Order: sequence, then C-alpha cells, then structure tokens
Amino acid sequence: MKSPLRSRYDVVIVGGGPAGLAAALGARQAGVEHILIVDREIEAGGILNQCIHSGFGLHYFKEELTGPEYAERFIRNVQSDQVEILTDSYVLDISPALQLEIISGGYGHLQLQAQSVVLAMGCRERTRGSIRTPGFRPAGVMTAGLAQKMVNMHGVLPGRRIAILGSGDIGLIMARRLSLEGCDVTGVYELQPHCSGLTRNQVQCLDDFGIPLHLSATVAFIHGRDRVERLTIAPVNHELIPDLSRSWDVACDTLLLSIGLIPENELSTRLRLRMDPATGGPQVTSNLETSLPGVFACGNVLHVHDLVDFVSEESLRAGRFAGEVAIGMRRPSDNISLQAGENIASCVPQSLSPDREQIIYLRVKRPLKNCVLTIGDRYEKSFRMLVPAEMIRLTLAPELLDRYFGEMLKIDVRLREAT
Amino acid sequence: MNSGAEKIVGMSYDVVIIGGGIVGCALARELSRYDLRLALIEKEVEVGFGTSKTNSGIIHSGHHASPDTLKGRLEWAGNQRWSDLARDLKFGFKRIGELLLALQPEDLHYLQLLKKQGEDKGVPGLEIWSPQRIQKEEPNLNRTILQALHAPTAAVINPYEACFGLIECAQQNGAELFCGCPVLAINQTGADFSIQTPQGVFHSRIVLNAAGVFADRVAAMVGAADFKIHCRKGEEYLLDRRLQGIVTRLIFPVPTATSKGVLIIPTVDGPIMVGPTAEEVNNREDLSTSFAGAAKIFAAVHQYCKAISERDTITEFAGLRAVAETNDFVIGPSPVKGFFNVAGIQSPGLTAAPAIATYVTEMLRCEGLKLAEKPVWKAEIDGPFRFARMTQQQRQAAILQDPAFGRIVCRCEAVTEAEVRYAIRHGARTLDGVKFRVRAGMGRCQGGFCTMRVMALLSETLGLPLTEITKRGHGSEVCCPRQDNLSVGDGR
Repeated sequence: MKSPLRSRYDVVIVGGGPAGLAAALGARQAGVEHILIVDREIEAGGILNQCIHSGFGLHYFKEELTGPEYAERFIRNVQSDQVEILTDSYVLDISPALQLEIISGGYGHLQLQAQSVVLAMGCRERTRGSIRTPGFRPAGVMTAGLAQKMVNMHGVLPGRRIAILGSGDIGLIMARRLSLEGCDVTGVYELQPHCSGLTRNQVQCLDDFGIPLHLSATVAFIHGRDRVERLTIAPVNHELIPDLSRSWDVACDTLLLSIGLIPENELSTRLRLRMDPATGGPQVTSNLETSLPGVFACGNVLHVHDLVDFVSEESLRAGRFAGEVAIGMRRPSDNISLQAGENIASCVPQSLSPDREQIIYLRVKRPLKNCVLTIGDRYEKSFRMLVPAEMIRLTLAPELLDRYFGEMLKIDVRLREAT
Repeated sequence: MNSGAEKIVGMSYDVVIIGGGIVGCALARELSRYDLRLALIEKEVEVGFGTSKTNSGIIHSGHHASPDTLKGRLEWAGNQRWSDLARDLKFGFKRIGELLLALQPEDLHYLQLLKKQGEDKGVPGLEIWSPQRIQKEEPNLNRTILQALHAPTAAVINPYEACFGLIECAQQNGAELFCGCPVLAINQTGADFSIQTPQGVFHSRIVLNAAGVFADRVAAMVGAADFKIHCRKGEEYLLDRRLQGIVTRLIFPVPTATSKGVLIIPTVDGPIMVGPTAEEVNNREDLSTSFAGAAKIFAAVHQYCKAISERDTITEFAGLRAVAETNDFVIGPSPVKGFFNVAGIQSPGLTAAPAIATYVTEMLRCEGLKLAEKPVWKAEIDGPFRFARMTQQQRQAAILQDPAFGRIVCRCEAVTEAEVRYAIRHGARTLDGVKFRVRAGMGRCQGGFCTMRVMALLSETLGLPLTEITKRGHGSEVCCPRQDNLSVGDGR
C-alpha cells in the first residue's frame, strides 16, 4: 500500500534522472523537509538506465561506473534522505503560483502546491524532420537513443546493417554497441568538418572497431518504401550544402540519427520562462533560478551537458538554492550580466553575483587550437585545444567579479597570435 | 473491428467497394444505411493509408471549384456535411476559415471572380479584406499583401481520423472490412463479379472502384478503363509548436493551373503545416520528399509569412493526388454494367467525399439497386476519447473509470495508455495505425520516447513478438531479433 501523498511540498522536482536526483540531495542539504521527485518512467534514473556502457562518474566519484550504477548511487542516497519519488507520473502543468497538475499511474489526477520547483526534464534527440532529409519514409530510421533502448532495455536489434548520421555521443556509443551485437556498422556520416562527440568516444567506439567516420558528409536521400534499403551519401561544401555530383550509395537496412539534443522545455515555455535561444533552455541566475522566482532549472533541460558528472554538480547546487528559497532564505541578486562573445556558442548562467565563487559552463562554436579565453579585461586563460563537443567549466573568484559591479561581462575566445 | 484476415472468404455481396481511402470509407458508411451485404477491401494494412493519410486536411470553403464541374458541385455540398460527421464520428474539426491572398495587382481580379463564383454557388460570408483588416486579423502575415478574400466556411480535420471514424461506423452497421487485401484480378460471369485477392475470392453484383491512384488499373481488370490516372505529388512540412497560433486561418495564394499553391495550414491539432508542392510523377509509389520540394515550399511561404522557418520542421511527408485527364472527378457507370468508377478524386476530394457518397448512392438507386433502409442504423460511434482535449473534471472521471488514463505514453502530445489500447481494440494494427489514431509519435520527438511503449502495447494486445510489429504493414518491421552468435564481425 502506497503512503498517501502530501498536498504541499517544500520542493517539487520535475524529472527523476541524474539532474532531478542530485537536485533532491541538494534540497535536503539546504535543510528543507518535504521533497518530491516526479518522474514519467516506472523507475527513477532517467536515460542512465539504458546507458549500460561504462565511463560515468570519473569526475564526480573518481571511478568508472556504468549508467545504471551511477544512477543507483544517487537513488540510494535520495531514498535514505527520505525524498519521496513519484514514478509513472507526468506533470501536465505548473501554474505561475507553483501549483502542479500531475497525472499518475498510481494516484490518478493530483494537484500539489510547491514552495519551489526544480525543472529537470532532460532533453530529447533531434529527428529526421529537423534536418529535412529527403527520400522515402520507411521503417528503420530512428534516433540513436531509441535504438539504444531497443537493444539494452528490450533485447531486440534495430536492424542488421547500420549507418549512422551524425557523430553525437549516443551515435558513437551505438556504433560500438551494435558492432558487439554482431551488426554490420557501415559508417558514421557527420555534416560538420569535425566530430560532434567526445574524443574518447571517437577513439573507443569507432577507431577501435574499424568503423569509418566520414566528415563533411550527409545523407542526401533515403531509399526503400517499407524498410530502409540504401542511402545516398553526399559530401557537403563549406556552406553545408550537399554536392550530389559526388554522391555515393550505401546499402543498409537501418539509419540511426545522432544529430543533436534539444532541452525538453515544454513546461518551461508554458510557464513563459525567459528562454535562451543559444542553449534552448531557460535563462538562469547564478542561483540557477529562472525568470519566474521559485522555479529553478538544471541538467540537460537547462543546457545540454557533455558529462553526467557536471549535471550532478550543477543540479546539487540548483536543488540547494531551491531549498533555500523554500525556507525563506535569501541571497543577493545578480549584478553582473554575462555575454557570449567571439567563438562562444553559449554560456550558463547568464548572470552572476560576486558574493561567492561562481561556476560557469561554456561551449565554443568551432574547434580552436592554441587559443586564449578572456572574461572582460581582467581574466585570461590559455587552452591548447577547445572543441564544441566538450564543455568548458570555469570557476570565478569573488575578487575578480567584484570589479564588475553592474557591468556586462563579455567572454571571448581568440586564437593566440603567432609570436 | 478487425482486419479480417481470419474471416472466411468466398462469400457473396451486393456491393464491394475497392479502396479504403476517404471516398471508400464514406461510401461504406453511406451504404451501410441500407439492407445490403456490403464489403470494403483495402490493399494496405489499414484504411486511410494511401492518399488520404497524406492529404492536407482541409475542408474547402466551397467557392474554389467551378460549378460547371462535378468537383465544383460536390465541393460545397460536401463542405456542409462535415460538422455533423465530426460530431457523430468524434474526430477533430475546426471551422477556421480561409484567406486567399492577392500578392500582385493581377491577382485582384481573381479575388473578385472567385467571390462571385462562391456567391453564385451559395457560399456564405465571402468578404474582400483590405490590407488594414488583414493586418488586424493576421498580424504575422507580410505587410505587402494587397487584398485577401475571406471565406469563413473553410475548416480543418485530420483526414485519417475521418477514415477511421467512417469505417468504424460502417462496420458497426454491418459492413465488412478486409485490409491487406489487394485486388489481383476481377472476372465477370453474367451479373456476378469475382474479385481475386490473396485472402480469397469476393463475389459481388456491384463493384465500386474507389482505388485512388490505382483506379485505372483496377478498372482495366474488367475492361472498363476508359480513363487514365496520373499522379501529382505533394510534399508537406509540419512545423514545431513554437509557431502554433501565428496564423489562425488557412492561408492560400492565388492558385495556378495545377494546384491551389503552397498553403499555410493551422492543423486541427494546432501545429502549423506548410505545403503542398504539385509535381507530376510516373511512379505510383513515389512518396519521397526532396531538397527541391522543401526549397520551393519555404520560398513560397516567405512571400506571405516571414515568421516561418524551414528549421522549425518536425517532419515532412509526401502524398499523391489521383488526377484524371479530364481534371475532374470520374464518377459514374463504366462500360461494364455493374462496375462503377469513383475515381480521379483530386482536390477538393476530401471536402466532397460525403457528397460523393450520397451522389453515388443515388446513382446506384437510379441504376436499379434496391435500397431499403435498415430499421436500425446508428450514425454515431462511441469513441475515441482524447485525454489532451478533456477538461480537468473529465480527466479525473476518466482515470477513476480506467487507471490507464493516468499513464502517459506519448509525452509530447499527452496521449495516455488507455487511448492506445482503445485504438488497438478498434482496428490499429501498426505503429502508424496507432499514431494516426491517437497522435502518439506525432509530436516533437517523433516517437523517440514512445515508440517502444506503443510497440509493447501492440505486442501485448495482438499477441505478437516485438519483432513482428510493423510501421505500416508487412515488410516494415521495426526491429529484429538479436543474433545468438555474438561476434565483432569480420575483423575489418
């Protein structure tokens, strides 16, 4: 028999993946009493549950774990912290007064009042439609994450002869996974002139298995009425336009897409939170609070991370700040705004306050060798190599920030001039 | 309520309809009023899976086609029938009206002509709007538009939902449905047609040929091919909900000789769709989309709405219009007695479909078919129930009655497990069948999250392994079994 839910919570967390779980621990650290995680799936853990490969936790736990192991550690901590987890449940709506409308497999229709809310809904994969790949619409075209769920959760294969469009990390992981399952992975085709996934995945998942990575190439046509039969692959020019005169065909029965991730901000947009088009997530203060007071965001719903370890770090903080707000504690508002400058694709958070050490996450627009990152006119850091696939994490000391009261702080990355 | 694969065939019917598109389904429901042995046979695994599925979903306002044509006469008659159909068959329907835009001075005359044509046909409410009025009503359209003709009678539906509703109603009134049943040959012996299919032979006194893009080939099987069908392909692009509501009416440019032009369509479920193209193709299965098609559509749309970007596309698809040489519907008796063509149903075919069904019924009566009304005929069907459209109170009540309403399967479109189960009970056999009935997989993630849950429900309900669940029928299996022999391949 399930214990009846409360009608009021200090902190309600939407999403029970790595972000939501860490946020719950953070809220508990802040000293709040009633914390609830709402998750759509039958069990918490989010997408980690289908990531059975290892490589998680190197930063956070200083050891190498599989996805389910990483999730398990957090779930255990959350449970021993007496956080309630409501699974098989879906948040339909959040009102600006932080009333949540939930439907639940176990409890039916619910309405709860929260003091503060943490958004931790994660992200979804981009699909064929978003890149408008021409051709037929057969079975066998799917996102890499769906293929991962098929193999790892349901014990079936997406096909036998696999091509992968896009070199995102899930695509690279699936190239290896399906090779191990005995599938023939014909190649990975990447529109950009550089790999979109982590270097370690490129090495361990493609190079080690002899799977070719074709850069500056895309799928120009999908053939096959009922099931994929073959693909026309075309190289692209510097404007990313396919050159059909140099195209070639590849026989395969499956096309996996690993062409990017999009934060899942349906609830955020319905709440009319101020969004950042560069990240696809809400704009947040250094407390990870969105434009609606009392609503916080963390993890991939805020910006797509490269490593789950950073999701956990960020979400612990978001949960703590949400907890503080729930019990009426106040921190100074931000008084410095951050702006992505040259070669910077995105920056989170979008503003800072000099009252404490701050962490910011950045991504660059293109690979850069031997470059210098500057923040305003007083901070400078050299990098041998920066790539879009890997986030840049910087900690900024209060002494530095204190000099920028009320200013707009611009972040640039420039190539080091030849001396 | 089933595809009929397990039925014993060899039975004889009074009327057999070939083709389960919107026309065949509308015919089936109309004829199910009468005391007839009636069957509909469909080549695809479910009804509505051909041209109807890929239609723009517009119930045209009634003034577009000339009253000198059959399609022109049936257009306005059909338009007026859809509100009742939507109510009885419980599919989405919104009478949102349309605006036909004059972008160039030479278009202005056409607006006047069309207004006159509509008024002569009895289409109410036609009004020419000034640029000021257009700006006020549709502020996201470009300011360069000279004038627009407003027609409040235009509406939007999902054509596949209409097909499912029509056939379910026909079946509940006694019509029989056989899917996955392509016609291989038709022989005539006296007054009896024998229709050969992989499921057996159907005997019938009357055959209605509603075979869409294949109608001339079916007619040729009995030597009744006094017409030719060619295919005109149309590509459509469905856009993200980010743009929902920026245009509230159907937006038409002034048409060309072959099409109504590229439209902005606020679909009945909200998202905006743009298209279609109009391209003559030879291959009757060419449902491919193209770079050129996308480029054409977005270039056209930018002439009247700059807010729409091709980057907002969430999915694209193509469909084939069945066009007869006469450029009009081909409806009537053929040279072979008892064999009737209901062919060449191009735009405004969807709009006209209910009127086509009545027209054909009257034609059959005139040809001597005895039509005795059944003592009991039920116009409505019970479902489907859409959680996303329920009020809070209705949701609470639904969950109390069936806890499966409390389990969301498709997060993008808020589709519950109860709706998926209902769809399968009412005929869905494939992923597409579920998708087109309940919208699971139609949203932003395009099935990334819900595909496996829907497949598991199909597998459980139909008693099939996951590896036999298809996207849209045999050959489109979604996954395959793992290989027992694990290996790293051939050691490349």
